[in-house]
Amino acid sequence: MVRVEEDDFDLSTEVKKITDGRTDIGAVVSFTGLVRDFQNNADTPKPDQGQMTLEHYPGMTEKQLEQIEAEAHKRWPLSASLIIHRFGTLNPGDQIVLVLTASPHRQAAFEAAMFLMDWLKTKAPFWKKETGPEGEAWVAAKSDDDAAADKWS
Amino acid sequence: MKLLYFAWLRERIGVPEEERDLPASVTTAHELIDYLSAQGSAYQAAFADRELIKVAIDQEHAALTASVVGAHEVAFFPPVTGG
Repeated sequence: MVRVEEDDFDLSTEVKKITDGRTDIGAVVSFTGLVRDFQNNADTPKPDQGQMTLEHYPGMTEKQLEQIEAEAHKRWPLSASLIIHRFGTLNPGDQIVLVLTASPHRQAAFEAAMFLMDWLKTKAPFWKKETGPEGEAWVAAKSDDDAAADKWS
Repeated sequence: MKLLYFAWLRERIGVPEEERDLPASVTTAHELIDYLSAQGSAYQAAFADRELIKVAIDQEHAALTASVVGAHEVAFFPPVTGG
């Protein structure tokens, strides 16, 4: 399942929803992404002074995330999965993305979670803008992320 | 055709989306960028560095060489930075 929303999420609630009433799931892997303090100035973090705004492409975002999720289900024997991605204004330390994968055995869940994040980073149409005391700047894409996504193709 | 712009492309162009009737000579995303770049200095500035421009045709990622003929919705944006 895919959810794109402004609201925060709760990890344990989401895990319960996925596993409730099921006995075929042997492994649940979760990845939670948090807003880091000023990616553009990683050496000099300034707590509580920066904000991040996430813009996305409504319609395409959901479509892309659903395609990525479907691809994960094709590649691994997953019992269930969930992708939540937030948009709007976030503060350092806020949760921004959640990926959950469930499978009978751990390897599929581990690998699929990594795959989902790697592909999401390069395919889901989100853009981060950082705002701080010195102005605002769009976050630049990283070539590391492209390399991480490419290794699954 | 519906055109959409995101992130700094949207900011530089000044609108998030617009509807345009394109001349028949515009068949690829590259040609669409050429056409838009000639629509004023804001467009020219937004599309100046083509290396940084990504395109989605009807909400699917595409190459700048891809055809836009018959598309309902074409979006331009910088490389994505979610997650």
